[in-house]
Amino acid sequence: MPGTIADRVAQATPPHLAGRIKGFSDRTIAWIFVAPTIFLLLAVNIFPLIWTINLSFTNFRANRPNREVDYIGLRNYERILTDSDIWLTMQATAHFLFWTLFFQVVIGFTLAWLINRKFKGNDLWTTIIVLPMMLSPAVVGNFWTFLYQPQIGLFNYLVAFLTGVDPSSFQMIGDVVLAPWAIVIVDTWMWTPFVMLICLAGLRSIPDYIYEAAEIDRASKWRQFWTITVPMVLPFLMLAVLFRGIENFKMFDLVVQLTGGGPGSVTELTSINLKREAFEKWRTGYASAYAIILFVTVFGLASIYVKALNKVKER
Amino acid sequence: MSSFSITEPSSRQKWAAGTLVILYAVITLLPLFWILATGFKTPADAISYPPKILFEPSLEGYVNLFTTRTRVTPEQLEALPPPETWYEAIVRNRDMVIAGPSRYGERFLNSLIIGFGSTFLSIFLGTLAAYAFSRFRVPLKDDLLFFILSTRMMPPIAVAIPIFLMFRTLGLSDTHLGMILLYTAVNISLAVWLLKGFIDEIPREYEEAALIDGYTRFQAFYKVVLPQAATGIASTAIFCLIFAWNEYAFAVLLTSGTAQTAPPFIPTIIGVGGQDWPAVAAGATLFLVPVMVFTILLRKHLLRGITFGAVRK
Amino acid sequence: MKTKQILAASAIAAMSVAASNAAQADELTLCWAAWDPANALVELSKEFEAQSGHTMKFEFVPWPNFADRMLNELNSGGKLCDLLIGDSQWIGGGAENGHYVKLNDFFDKEGISMDDFAPATVYAYSTWPKGSPNYYALPAMGDANGWFYRKDWFEKPEIQAAYKEATGQDLREPQTQKELLQIAQFFQEREIDGQKRYGAAIFTERGSEGITMGATGAMYAWGFKYENTPGKYDMEGAVNSPEAVEGLEFYKELYKTATPPGYTDSYMEQSLDAFKSGQVAMAMNWFAFFPGLYADPDTGGDKIGFFVNPGQNIEASTLGGQGISVVAYSDKQDAALEYIKWFAQPDVQAKWWSLGGYSCHNSVLNDPGFKDSQPFAADFLQAMGSVQDFWQEPAYAELLLAMQKRLHDYVVADVGTAQEALDKLIEDWTETFEDEGKL
Repeated sequence: MPGTIADRVAQATPPHLAGRIKGFSDRTIAWIFVAPTIFLLLAVNIFPLIWTINLSFTNFRANRPNREVDYIGLRNYERILTDSDIWLTMQATAHFLFWTLFFQVVIGFTLAWLINRKFKGNDLWTTIIVLPMMLSPAVVGNFWTFLYQPQIGLFNYLVAFLTGVDPSSFQMIGDVVLAPWAIVIVDTWMWTPFVMLICLAGLRSIPDYIYEAAEIDRASKWRQFWTITVPMVLPFLMLAVLFRGIENFKMFDLVVQLTGGGPGSVTELTSINLKREAFEKWRTGYASAYAIILFVTVFGLASIYVKALNKVKER
Repeated sequence: MSSFSITEPSSRQKWAAGTLVILYAVITLLPLFWILATGFKTPADAISYPPKILFEPSLEGYVNLFTTRTRVTPEQLEALPPPETWYEAIVRNRDMVIAGPSRYGERFLNSLIIGFGSTFLSIFLGTLAAYAFSRFRVPLKDDLLFFILSTRMMPPIAVAIPIFLMFRTLGLSDTHLGMILLYTAVNISLAVWLLKGFIDEIPREYEEAALIDGYTRFQAFYKVVLPQAATGIASTAIFCLIFAWNEYAFAVLLTSGTAQTAPPFIPTIIGVGGQDWPAVAAGATLFLVPVMVFTILLRKHLLRGITFGAVRK
Repeated sequence: MKTKQILAASAIAAMSVAASNAAQADELTLCWAAWDPANALVELSKEFEAQSGHTMKFEFVPWPNFADRMLNELNSGGKLCDLLIGDSQWIGGGAENGHYVKLNDFFDKEGISMDDFAPATVYAYSTWPKGSPNYYALPAMGDANGWFYRKDWFEKPEIQAAYKEATGQDLREPQTQKELLQIAQFFQEREIDGQKRYGAAIFTERGSEGITMGATGAMYAWGFKYENTPGKYDMEGAVNSPEAVEGLEFYKELYKTATPPGYTDSYMEQSLDAFKSGQVAMAMNWFAFFPGLYADPDTGGDKIGFFVNPGQNIEASTLGGQGISVVAYSDKQDAALEYIKWFAQPDVQAKWWSLGGYSCHNSVLNDPGFKDSQPFAADFLQAMGSVQDFWQEPAYAELLLAMQKRLHDYVVADVGTAQEALDKLIEDWTETFEDEGKL
């Protein structure tokens, strides 16, 4: 524990030094406490970011140490923004983002609402439902490829059992049409509990007296739901969407393990595409520009969204 | 309020809601149950059609997880002395002999070293910073706090490009130290935000009383604040540990052997001819179960952890 | 301890240098893919350990991750591997970027002559620039893509009769690609011994090199070429020649009409699985697996037969195989060179072949008994006589990724036509070579 260190420092410090430590102003202590964190973040986050910006104007390749590096201005950016393959990647990402958010919001909110009916043992079941989201996406994603196998996979078997189709007649991760949905299903399975937990907090934050007042006004349950429950939970829900949106825009591990971006490139999300450019093709300069574009996109979208969120909160 | 509340759902409503939630929980647990079960199947049972719910448990998956094996001809097998251990016997049943230990143990150990190392460091640095942000007037406090949070928004692959070059220059590629520092940098934003919330909740009066009693700031910090924040620190630590434990993108790009953790390794477990699903499932089970236990321990602080302290109840 | 960790954070560089120097000098790590021959090499290396006193450690990575991880390792200047059995296409990058130690002086000093190894293997696995006497590896494992089939099914009278009735021809080992397709289609969804079987297991994998290695088997046979003039990078009319287009269309037809369902991302392991589980009548795979397949208790022995990749317009096989190199970042290069010296000896090479490794040494290959030493030995020699390899350029990974994408998009994901796929491939490759300054 950190406390013991402070203890030892205090004990091992000679008296005259101890006096000086005692004499540290709060301001100095504040800086001593904050500085290591800021230093670490500067070294591992900000310095690399600046380096990436610099690299993005070059034709540098990390696998070609002996090659001359030239500054080529905005050419990397130009190439990325005019590349039709990258736009397809963006479309795949948009599809993934939209549908995962849609299902997670709908299912997550419904679950939270049901749990908030306060049936016996709801705490226990909440904890159980939450389990998938705490697990390693790479390890779980890898195992899902087994569940998705035609014929022998549990998923195909259950679908076949429920619908009567032949379990070897469809392949979730090998089919161009189904693969984008295969990744949506797994992500929804994993992350619906996240939205659920936040919605539940929202539902529980609504004081009973509001409903009681509505009841006295003879407002129908349906009307209460739309005029009290939804608006009160909305800020929470929007926060959940923000978190999930950012996370899924960055999505890498789960989908890499599930489909690797295939078949063809139909599930090649931007992070996977970026990984190919940066660490398989080793077009470091080009990939740096790509990274900057993604970063600006996330940051831009997130700030617009946060503004909207604040407006909702103010209401 | 009377025990008969108009906002209290009717018992029929409760019953229906309970049934639906339990149904969802059962479906959602099915894949996890399947991982657990597959680990105890024989390779033939694991890929049988229709999938087997009832099967004779076998430890072959776990034996395969921890060993490497080579195929031998029946003649060679007969020439060998009888197996000395139960796991040797399992392997011999498949016309194979154990050639040595697999790499799973090492990778698991790496996960432990890097997970605990980075958790310790993030908590140590994070507690100091959180205390300062909570108690002192730090110039540009809000900007700094936002800056700390924003570092989490970058896609890991984007950050990985310069980190890769930096590690290469400093000789940190594929080292424990490099991964510990990297995971600490990623975790520290979570640690600072969560811990600041926990420390904010400790009344300042306690410290002020201590300061009046002649304690220094340092003493007040470690004798008064830290014990009060212990639960918060422990739950923050578990969140940091889970993140480091589960992380995949940096691990797959920046480690190749010496410091490789389990997540990039488990999907590459193969048997002799084809993916050995029981062994993969066994590896996954051993890797996932600790996190499940932690999740249950953490349940009260879960919401706070996953939202960076933005939602507290 | 704890204050040290804080120190460490600020003195990263100093720490890591100290850490890496602490390694032991007599423990060598050899990196290769995780597959049957690697296990044979472990067995073989015990002799080296006994003779030299060094201990050997092995890092075997499954094929789908092998290139990715090892190239990453080399590019990060890692010291994980002292010896690396790297894929043939890596030689250009290994040489030009200084990942591999140049072996000429060592060969001269130790009296190791490249004339003792089969010329095709020396050319493919050791030299850079191609064909020049600059050696960066010793040929370690000869390999090519070949085929195997269920001999027991082919010999069933009722199946032979049914085939004759369906096609008017005798059922035999296919002599051309088109005959291969015809046989595969014949077996597709045919019931044998009460189970539904399929035609052929082929490579369709997207992530590493699978579909390229599989499809080129057909494309080479039709006459696909990378360049009109070797070394000129003039790809228009070679890469997208009518023959190349026809070859690629053929591969798609084979995939669509004669493979088991669900094999959309299949490479070595999946091909072996499909065959061993009795799903398919034929399968393609590397010769490296043939000893293991022949020894398989369920589908080996009398039940299996082998044949060389059938020609169409010309005879051709896709080259596999690897040379063994010393990694330039290793601290134990002397011991690593000792290993290579030991490995190059004729008697070690003979034992290598007997354990299931494909020796490239002339003393093994030219031995009169070689052809009959294994049922696939003659096929191996024949295949190695007409092998073609992918680009071995330093930009190989980029070139390969482009081809993987274009082929998988067309064959599996049904995007566009074969002509469009190959036209786009030329665009991708032209861009790469322009970046390289070669065009």
